Amino acid sequence: MKLIIATIKPFKLEEVREALTEIGVRGMMVTEIKGFGAQSGHTEIYRGAEYAVNFVPKVKLEIVTDASMADQVVETITKAAKTGKIGDGKIFVLDVDQTVRVRTGETGADAI
Amino acid sequence: MLNVKHKLLSGAAAAVILPGAVLAQEAPALVPTDSVFILNSLLFLIGGFLVFWMAAGFAMLEAGLVRSKNVTMQLTKNVALFSLAAIFYYLIGYNLMYPLGTWAVEGVLSGVWGTAVLEAVGVTADAADDYGYASTGSDFFFQLMFCAATASIVSGALAERIKLWPFLIFTVILTSIIYPLQASWKWGGGFLDGMGFLDFAGSTVVHSVGGWAALAGAIILGPRLGKYTADGKVVPIQGSNLALATLGTFILWLGWFGFNGGSQLAMGSVGDVADVSRIFANTNAAAAGGAVAALILTQLLYSKPDLTMILNGALAGLVSITAEPLTPSLGAATIIGAIGGVIVVFSVPFLDKLKIDDVVGAIPVHLFAGIWGTIAVVFTNGDASLGTQLYSIIVVGIFVTVASAIVWFILKATTGIRVAEEDEINGLDMSELGMDAYPEFSKS
Repeated sequence: MKLIIATIKPFKLEEVREALTEIGVRGMMVTEIKGFGAQSGHTEIYRGAEYAVNFVPKVKLEIVTDASMADQVVETITKAAKTGKIGDGKIFVLDVDQTVRVRTGETGADAI
Repeated sequence: MLNVKHKLLSGAAAAVILPGAVLAQEAPALVPTDSVFILNSLLFLIGGFLVFWMAAGFAMLEAGLVRSKNVTMQLTKNVALFSLAAIFYYLIGYNLMYPLGTWAVEGVLSGVWGTAVLEAVGVTADAADDYGYASTGSDFFFQLMFCAATASIVSGALAERIKLWPFLIFTVILTSIIYPLQASWKWGGGFLDGMGFLDFAGSTVVHSVGGWAALAGAIILGPRLGKYTADGKVVPIQGSNLALATLGTFILWLGWFGFNGGSQLAMGSVGDVADVSRIFANTNAAAAGGAVAALILTQLLYSKPDLTMILNGALAGLVSITAEPLTPSLGAATIIGAIGGVIVVFSVPFLDKLKIDDVVGAIPVHLFAGIWGTIAVVFTNGDASLGTQLYSIIVVGIFVTVASAIVWFILKATTGIRVAEEDEINGLDMSELGMDAYPEFSKS
């Protein structure tokens, strides 16, 4: 099993969700986050005083999937979240030791 | 135009001699009639509830420009200060402001100490306090709202770090003594009025007074934690809700029609109604001028327009036209207001350079634009003298600043005026009131 963590532009969330649903992803966790990467920040002015916007709003997706599907999920997110401009986000893939479905106690791939 | 009240005291002899300045000016109507009395009173009542509504405007403007952790406190201060102003203006302020010729110190200090008294229920024309003017109830109601507006100005500047009770004690002294005393010098027929000082609806008497009191308070209180860095940088602290701030500005704009229009003090003749109409139109023009000036200027200076400055610009336009909303043409009113907007855009960063932290821009809007508006009278009203205008600005400024500073220092030395550092960081809503304005919103 793999955990796929993706940070994407917030307005791309719906497109990414639809694309993932189409390839059979049945669940995901979504968090509104702020952060910076290559895009870093920018400055704005409020009432005549400059301030730095160091963190840019992003949405973080966490998807647990069977290892065999991981590449397809990553590919789908990459395709759907891409605008080609700086700040499109990052995707990380991690190993998952165990998954448990709380309601039934099922474990492993059955619990995804 | 009539600036001096000539209401007679309840129960006083009918033959009280009116201050000379009144007689020198155009009378509202040569022959008092029921309809003049009724229409004048109606003007005060309508003007009064419009100015009352400005309390809502101040509350929303301030609620929008403070952080969400201080919104409940700001609203609490606004409703409390208005209510205290109403009580203390009744107890002391009204008669301190309108001695009707009975001075303890001629032209400076009223000799009438006591509560405001209304006319009897169902008063007849013969028994009315001043049949040629308006009902005492309408006059009191109208004037009270100006006193409360002065106190509202102070709360925004000192937001997010002042303790509730010391602030309210200051409000009591401001509304019972400081405001009415200096207002008597002009609107009560005192020495500034005698010199020919012109301030139609109070660019100086109301707005700069609130501004001076706020300035003294802001300096003595000190800036919010984190507003200025050790190396002198300004750290912007953004307001929590610009929709509320915009609503508040529009409410103030609406209320200002009553503020300036009602200050015609008469609606019983063709001339008076036409003048009230001119005042409404000019007041609106000045607000528009101030807003557009700030819109264009912030675009040019900062490459993006700043809504908070545009809101301040509209209010500065309104303050600028308040000293003389009658004589300017629509074009002149627009320009007077626009200059007020320009003043705001430059003076907000200027105050920050001096490390004077004014959360909502009350000092630029009410003090700086108030001074400008008082000076601008000379451009459209031939009766105004620049020397007298400047003299009055300075006299009122020194009195209010010194009196306010004394009160602030006494409060600082006794009760303390500033909340503890930890309370300020956690927000006054929870630390002082135990109540969030937006408990279901997460704070990120």
